[in-house]
Amino acid sequence: MFEVPSLSDLNVGATLPVTLLALGACVLLVVDLFIPRERKSITAWLTAIGIGVSLVFSLLSLSGAVEFGSGELAFSDMYRADRLTDTINVAALITALLGVMVAYDYLERTRLQRGEYYILLMFSAAGAMLMGAANDLVIVFIALELLSIPLYILSGFRRPQEASEESAMKYFLLGAFASGFLIYGIALIYGATGTTNLPEVWDAVAGVVAEDSAAKFLVMIGAGLVLAGLGFKVAAVPFHMWTPDVYQGAPTPVVAYMSVAAKIGGFAALVRVFGMGLSTFVLESGAPAAWQDTIWLVAVLTMLLGNVVAIVQSDLKRLLAYSTIAHAGYILIAVAAAGTAGLEDTAAQAVVIYLIAYAFTNAGAFAVITAMEKDDASNTSLDALRGLASRCPWLAAAMAVFMLSLTGIPLTAGFVGKWFVFKVALQADLVAAAVVGVLTSAVSAYYYLRVVWMMYFEEGEGDAATPPALAWAIGVAAVGTLVLGALPYLLSDMAREITLAFGG
Amino acid sequence: MLSEYAPIAALLVISVGMGILILFISRIFGPFRPTARKLAPYESGMEPFGPAIRRIPVKFYRVAVLFILFDIEVIFFLPWAVVFRDLGSYGLVTMGVFFFVLTVGFIYEWKVGGLEWE
Amino acid sequence: MENFYNLVPLIVIIPAIGLLINLFAGKYLGEKGVGIVAVGASTGAFLVSVLLWIALVDTGFEAAVVNMPLLDGWIRIPSAGVEIPWQFRVDTLSVTMMLVVTGVGTLIHLYAVGYMHGDERFPRFFVYMNLFLVFMLTLVSGNNFLMMFVGWEGVGLCSYLLIGFWFDKPGGEGWRNSDAARKAFIVNRVGDFGLVLGVLITFWTFGTLDYYRPHEEPLHVAAHGAEESAPVFAPDVPEAEAVEHAPSGPLGVFNQAHLWLEEGGHRVDFGLFSMSFEATLTVITLLFLLGATGKSAQIPLFVWLPDAMAGPTPVSALIHAATMVTAGVYMMVRSNVFFHASDTTSFVVTLIGATTALMAGFIAMGQWDIKKVLAYSTVSQLGFMVAAVGVGAYAAAMFHLVTHAFFKALLFLGSGSVIHGVEHGHHHVAHAHGDEHHAEPFDPQDIRNMGGLRHRMPVTYWTYLIGMLALAGVIPFAGFWSKDEILLDTLKLGTEQGRLDGYVGFVLLLVAAVFTAFYMTRQVALVFWGAPRTEAAAHASESSPTMTVPLVILAVLSVIGGFMNIPDGFPVLGSLFGVHELTSWLEHSVVYAHAGSFNFLLATAAVLLALAAIYAGRLVYNDRVLRTLRLDPLEADPRTSRAFALANAKLYWDEFYFKYIVYPFRDAAHWLADRLDWAFWHDFVHNEVIYGTFQRATRVLTEPVDRGLIDRAFNAIGEAIRAAAARLRTIQTGYVRTYALSVLFGALLVMFIILLPVIRELLGM
Repeated sequence: MFEVPSLSDLNVGATLPVTLLALGACVLLVVDLFIPRERKSITAWLTAIGIGVSLVFSLLSLSGAVEFGSGELAFSDMYRADRLTDTINVAALITALLGVMVAYDYLERTRLQRGEYYILLMFSAAGAMLMGAANDLVIVFIALELLSIPLYILSGFRRPQEASEESAMKYFLLGAFASGFLIYGIALIYGATGTTNLPEVWDAVAGVVAEDSAAKFLVMIGAGLVLAGLGFKVAAVPFHMWTPDVYQGAPTPVVAYMSVAAKIGGFAALVRVFGMGLSTFVLESGAPAAWQDTIWLVAVLTMLLGNVVAIVQSDLKRLLAYSTIAHAGYILIAVAAAGTAGLEDTAAQAVVIYLIAYAFTNAGAFAVITAMEKDDASNTSLDALRGLASRCPWLAAAMAVFMLSLTGIPLTAGFVGKWFVFKVALQADLVAAAVVGVLTSAVSAYYYLRVVWMMYFEEGEGDAATPPALAWAIGVAAVGTLVLGALPYLLSDMAREITLAFGG
Repeated sequence: MLSEYAPIAALLVISVGMGILILFISRIFGPFRPTARKLAPYESGMEPFGPAIRRIPVKFYRVAVLFILFDIEVIFFLPWAVVFRDLGSYGLVTMGVFFFVLTVGFIYEWKVGGLEWE
Repeated sequence: MENFYNLVPLIVIIPAIGLLINLFAGKYLGEKGVGIVAVGASTGAFLVSVLLWIALVDTGFEAAVVNMPLLDGWIRIPSAGVEIPWQFRVDTLSVTMMLVVTGVGTLIHLYAVGYMHGDERFPRFFVYMNLFLVFMLTLVSGNNFLMMFVGWEGVGLCSYLLIGFWFDKPGGEGWRNSDAARKAFIVNRVGDFGLVLGVLITFWTFGTLDYYRPHEEPLHVAAHGAEESAPVFAPDVPEAEAVEHAPSGPLGVFNQAHLWLEEGGHRVDFGLFSMSFEATLTVITLLFLLGATGKSAQIPLFVWLPDAMAGPTPVSALIHAATMVTAGVYMMVRSNVFFHASDTTSFVVTLIGATTALMAGFIAMGQWDIKKVLAYSTVSQLGFMVAAVGVGAYAAAMFHLVTHAFFKALLFLGSGSVIHGVEHGHHHVAHAHGDEHHAEPFDPQDIRNMGGLRHRMPVTYWTYLIGMLALAGVIPFAGFWSKDEILLDTLKLGTEQGRLDGYVGFVLLLVAAVFTAFYMTRQVALVFWGAPRTEAAAHASESSPTMTVPLVILAVLSVIGGFMNIPDGFPVLGSLFGVHELTSWLEHSVVYAHAGSFNFLLATAAVLLALAAIYAGRLVYNDRVLRTLRLDPLEADPRTSRAFALANAKLYWDEFYFKYIVYPFRDAAHWLADRLDWAFWHDFVHNEVIYGTFQRATRVLTEPVDRGLIDRAFNAIGEAIRAAAARLRTIQTGYVRTYALSVLFGALLVMFIILLPVIRELLGM
């Protein structure tokens, strides 16, 4: 007989950051209806406040100063509030906040100022946060949808511009396709283990392998399908093809947000599912988990393709789209490393460190493009960068910082992320992946530094407009990139206590 | 473990078999005097033949989506109502949350004019 | 009826609902709807207070602590041992305040519906008013100092919003209004700083901010009552353990303080130094006193209250006369255990209160603005209450607080009615002359422009007269009883304990009482008696029933309000209404409440003095003077003209503050901004040092390093990879079907790789 939980078992307190954000979005959805169109700055402010409140709660929880709720588990063991949750929350909320700041003036000048933009953004941030907190495969799926569906709509927000609509349609169709893979994979894992609860899956998988029954195949195929579904979200090769088209067509502020948020959510879920739930899926004792080879191969492919194709791009948005693919590859190395027994925690820490560093850098880079972009969505080609440094020195400096960070130059956040990723890869004996990673990083320097070159050493008409909110966003991102790079212990201390251990 | 799925397989076989059986059983036992009109498949009173791609006002689509959305969510109340007493305050609060979300959606839909035909 | 206790959260929730409705739907409700919602919310809160009162009486005055649903674990920081719940305390003291706040508040809400009629921001006004109720009730109903502080800041905010409510009035008046609002806010910051410091030290000392924990009852003192009550604890908490576990033990601050004081010799460790517990209490109470001088408008922070009259009159009545300004008195009465323990603080409190009472009474005699007179009168009466706290007469302070709420609200509302009437008369006159647009500047609040209104506005007149008699302390009106009790207690402190502050305080307060009677007579004479001095006054008209009904109700309360605490030994009335009703009611929550017995001599003397002052006032402001009022007779008379000028100039307090605090502060700020920040930091450090150096450095780096090194290296490697990339690029067709196919193949590929070991195994490879 199903036992009815009591209300206090829900442990809502532990879920406060995400619950508050989702609740705020619901309320704002209604409130926004009563805000006249010419005063949508109110909605933007309210959104920022909502995200800020949630961020404060997350930081309080992260700092350990305040304990919310009682215990880690909430919502009938479906939600897990641990250090990973907290760090992912912080990363997602910072991204969302930057997203709001980047978007506000863009929406104003392109006459897209509608409250739904901010509300959708809040919902999708809640989705990303939930993915980090998932303790159950069902939550992984629901959170993925909560993250994705607002992003589909946001991509097409620039109606009736065709490029925007096309990108939304593409994203939606392919996204639905990929979600199918994911849910099918979840179903198979459930079929094999009889549960969707990750700790229980963890428990059951060991038994499945030991029995050596046919259920083993189900877990394998299930894991493969889940990887495909989540790989699509983080734009890993060969599920990446939507990325350049969607990023190019979608409004730039949306890209600034979604290129980061989708990755945060996707990788958080990958860590939860593979690092936590399936980490015991070891076919021979002593060997790494059965999925490790697959993931690092995918990582290698992703790094190679992303970095190489980026070189020939002439459009800045497209270039950065391939760059995000490449970065998904780097993070995937860390995910693969989680397959080696005993390295789960270190790998998860590397993923989180990379994600936070990447959040500041990538959101900042797209914010700069937002500043350059004209109202008719033109002026985003590489050529448009020519001479930007003389006209907008601060903006060019910020862009240079972002490019250096994406390359992984020391003293920038990107270096810190890469450092931890490669370190854990070597610990896990994924030498080949690490070598490819380092080499492709060197390749990437070519196209990233070309951007810097264009801005500083070419003569031209490069120009940009930075209204206050956008300027703040770029400034925050640039300072964040530099500070996290100069003081690497900030990130490593934050991530140090992340642990996936449970059960035994 | 897979054997647990045997009932589902059986159900699949039975339902497919039943479908085929029903199709042919009337043909075998019933009188069969076909005319052109009788042979035409019946499609909700609509002309069964015509171009495959026809323009339908998108409004139908919108209303249908909204209908399905709220219809299904309202159906969710029924099983809840059946076990309402067993669930106690827990059921009430969680359903309250569900209903809150539903209401927010409804207010939004109403206010943006989703329910208006023109 | 104990269940009624659980209703206490509603007292905050109901006004909150009211304000939310008006905030979001106020625009659509119309004035009537907004009024119904706001008055309804206030009435609802009042009914809750009445139910709580019934519950208290029914359970034998047993105090209760009720958790706020959803907020009960308000602030919890386990690592620091901080636990401050959102708890309501229902005891006789808090319910007294609730009844006053909601009762008087409801009447004023009702009055305001009439008063604010036609204002363009009508709904917003009532949003603020209900918000004020929310915070005021939080302030009085909380069970810990932090809730009190939340309410304290909240009412300050509402006060600010409402004083500056007419910030957009034309012709500089809007500026004056918003200046007044800012002044109130900033001056109060100084006091709040004191309060918050006091609260922090309290927390440091006791490890908690709860007044009493839910299982406790106030410990009473042996010395004071015939009924000694032993410490009462819940059975599961043995007394001895309770003491040992302090300061983080299960005791609230007051009982803990009580025990420590009885033990003696307790010390408080402040890290760098430690202090005896008694000295700590002195520091805490002095800081609390600073808070009280801000909120309750005492020397030296009273200067904001007279300016606060810029707000609409109902605001002056509710916030700046009856309720908010008494928060300081409430706070001190609530902390009576602390205040009682420190003789130093008591001394300071008494002197500040009594001096304020006298000083404000003096200024009130020289004011022309009808509301300014009342404002100084309020400051003066608050001085009476504070002095009462200083001499340890907590019950008397609360008693005066309650009666003052009645008659001062009445007077303010009456003055509002007068202003309304005169304004109406002015419009009437201007209209008749047809020169509406070229109306001369006319101040409807200046009592020189009034006179003879008793015929035009009879209801207002009679109720105002009652208010004036109550304020002047004429028997049997409400003010007599409470003021008499304060005077008696002050005198007794001198005679029985030989304390100097008792004697000094008594003399100051007695003179202040005489002043009170005199300036009220002056005001009533100038406003209502004699003949109209302007056409506007001649054409003034009585206000509408929504305004006069509250006046009548408050007038009735001002007459009978004193009967709630008749001293024993008073003939006839004592046996009719019971003796010391309020005091014995308060004794259940105020540890040091005590009843003073009646002193026939003093009462007679006080009444005679008041009557004499009234008579003197009537002599000075006789009908002949009133007819052609050019100068105040006191101003005209060379013997008093200097004193009058001094009072009229408000004793130069504002000028003093501007010269010695505001201007120096502004100059310092200017210097820091211009010299230090701009000239040094911006111009020199930023532009010269940082920016200049950076520019010179980059110039060196660009040419040789960039051009020479990076350019060449990249051209070589780049070309090779570029070729490869161009080929890969062609896969990107832009068709969804291609992409979907790629996802499918990708999934198959992944599955193939993942199954590879198994496949190998199957094939036996």
